[in-house]
Amino acid sequence: MTVMRYREAIRAAMMEEMERDSRVFLVGEEVGHYQGAYKVSEGMLERFGEKRVLDAPITESGFTGISIGAAMVGLRPIVEYMTWNFSAVAFDQILNNAAKLRQMSGGQLTVPIVFRAPNASAKQVGSQHSHAMEHFYAHIPGLKVLAPATPADAKGLLKTAIRDDNPVLFMESETLYNIKGEVSDDPDLLVPMGKANIVRPGKDVSIIAWSRMVHVALEAATELAKEGVEAEVIDVRSLRPLDETTLVESVTRTHRAVVAHEGWPYGGVGAEIADRLQRLAFDELDAPILRATTLDVPMPYNAKLEQHVIPGVARVLENVRAVLYRS
Amino acid sequence: MRPAIDTSAYGIHASSTASERPAPSAARNPHDTEAPDVVKVLREGDTLDPTTDPRVAPADVLRLYTAMVRLRLIDERLTALQRQGRVGFHIGSLGEEASILGSAFAMRDKDWIFPCYRELGAALLRGMPLQRYLDHMFGNENDPAKGRQMPDHYSWKAGHIASVSSPIGTQITQAVGFAWGAKIKRDELAVLAYFGDGATSSNEFHNGLNFAGVFKAPVVFLCRNNGWAISVPTERQTGSATFAEKGIAYGIPSVRVDGNDILAVIKVTQDAVARAARGEGPTLIEALTYRMSGHSTSDDPRAYRPEAGLEAWKELDPIARLRRHLAPQKLWTEATDAAIEAELEAELKAAIAVAEATRAPSLDSMFDDVFATPPWHLVEQREALKKGPRPKGH
Ligand SMILES: Cc1ncc(C[n+]2csc(CCOP(=O)(O)OP(=O)(O)O)c2C)c(N)n1
Ligand SMILES: [Mg+2]
Repeated sequence: MTVMRYREAIRAAMMEEMERDSRVFLVGEEVGHYQGAYKVSEGMLERFGEKRVLDAPITESGFTGISIGAAMVGLRPIVEYMTWNFSAVAFDQILNNAAKLRQMSGGQLTVPIVFRAPNASAKQVGSQHSHAMEHFYAHIPGLKVLAPATPADAKGLLKTAIRDDNPVLFMESETLYNIKGEVSDDPDLLVPMGKANIVRPGKDVSIIAWSRMVHVALEAATELAKEGVEAEVIDVRSLRPLDETTLVESVTRTHRAVVAHEGWPYGGVGAEIADRLQRLAFDELDAPILRATTLDVPMPYNAKLEQHVIPGVARVLENVRAVLYRS
Repeated sequence: MRPAIDTSAYGIHASSTASERPAPSAARNPHDTEAPDVVKVLREGDTLDPTTDPRVAPADVLRLYTAMVRLRLIDERLTALQRQGRVGFHIGSLGEEASILGSAFAMRDKDWIFPCYRELGAALLRGMPLQRYLDHMFGNENDPAKGRQMPDHYSWKAGHIASVSSPIGTQITQAVGFAWGAKIKRDELAVLAYFGDGATSSNEFHNGLNFAGVFKAPVVFLCRNNGWAISVPTERQTGSATFAEKGIAYGIPSVRVDGNDILAVIKVTQDAVARAARGEGPTLIEALTYRMSGHSTSDDPRAYRPEAGLEAWKELDPIARLRRHLAPQKLWTEATDAAIEAELEAELKAAIAVAEATRAPSLDSMFDDVFATPPWHLVEQREALKKGPRPKGH
């Protein structure tokens, strides 16, 4: 075990997999000489050279399509976007090609590829730089979507993603890059996809979250404990495939659930989870499932407004109290 | 073989033989501005090239000089405010003032400008009040963008300035559509679209030029080739020797200009506007200039480029060059800059104080402008936010 930052864990996963498999390469804007917009790829150009760490011209759709082509010929690209916001420019390649080539070719062509970038709100980056893009992508059959909250999961899940034969979208967070945690040194330790993690057990209410919101949920749980409420916090980690079983079992114990996520409420992954829980655990529920999400407006820049739009501890608490009928 | 297109306006860039081309990466070399195809007006020895001189009235030249000096000082101040944590971000135009102000000056008031993000100077030249800009930089209640956009992402409809948009290149196609739509409506105007060398890699650049070439949209494409796209130098952005030759491929007359020579920038932009007005369609201008500072307040260029390269460009500083032209005519004296600075300082100080003291936009305001009329669910959210906790979640 080594204590490392989230960004270092991601780098370790990429470097170990690149050592292990010469087909793996990294491409993106500023990933080489600049070592990544958030310094995730520090030292990688030096270690692997310009053939395997490529600074791409500014065209997300271009280097996404090029990487899909490279994956089809047998390489295993890791595509970094400066942020997931800019993947919007490449959306067609991801939706219409990465996600569907296997299916459209009847299984003849495959696209083993990882797309990764920081996601969701950062601090005061305004309406065009703050999107929680997992909701868009988790909608699409053929894509897997991961959103780790800790350095250990960041490393283990990214390694799994790189070894996977499907397109995998990996949601990081600018707000998590600096957090530290214990990470395994075993180059073969993989964290499986489709497995949620109960990060804090409790019996009164399930708070279901991923990425940064796991940390917010844990803070909320600490607050709730002071009120005598024992909240169970579940880190979903893998949005697609989804660990339905762990979620249903948790709600079967607690009978109440709040899904806490960044991103707009309308048609998001939280709505998907709420749908599954009400279908699969209807008789266990003592209250409607609520969601603590970003407000349904584009993100403002002004710090005072922004803090009201991004879901925080207060919004999680508010919703937990509502499902407990305490408000 | 030469493509069968008319580039007679400048007689350049029709060449496609490798031997005639400047060496790749030359655009980053200040000496490249000496290449024979690069339009210049300001010459060594403080004379003007009579064949290209746009004959700008002395009062206007002085106004532009003042605007360049002011812009540089405003950049300095905003950078300082960012360092002090008082504004969140700034993206400046150090070294690129002539490319920006010269091109904006050449446009007529009725023309529209679709900025990239480094063209504050164009908005100020059009008369955008400094107070309005600072309100935006602080994202306060008086910010026309209502505190929603990152700093330096202004828009100013009254001054015919479209919105700065973060994703690279988006303004290029929008400018083309605006210009083409105006032509359909018989609004006689042209559109100036600004973008950087990096943006020429975006889809929007190629789509925009292609459409404008086919439909003869009245657009002036102004590529600020400042040598860098954040940390990526031009030679890793394109395999072409110049950016101007990309316009030729789309059937668009294209020209390289010394972007640090404000009179030359005015000349080529005026010619482009005249072409547009004659119904002849778009022009691509590649302005050779240099980003003397970091990309924005978010990066430190020392991490990726040698400081030594800056020295040669300092020799070509656009402000110093215009000053050398103004001084012999007594349009500039030792006192000029100090006077400009003193006047600006008073204005800036007052505007910053007001902007900083102005409160944040109200919480209610966040729900406006998402749709033309707020739908019921936003009205509900707005009321809930004002009242506090909402029983049924968000
Ligand atoms: C679609 C998209 N991808 C990436 C970015 C990040 N980004 C912001 S500015 C920039 C460089 C642009 O360089 P250039 O076009 O040369 O303009 P300059 O900054 O030099 O004026 C990049 C990559 C972005 N804003 N949008
Ligand atoms: Mg540039």
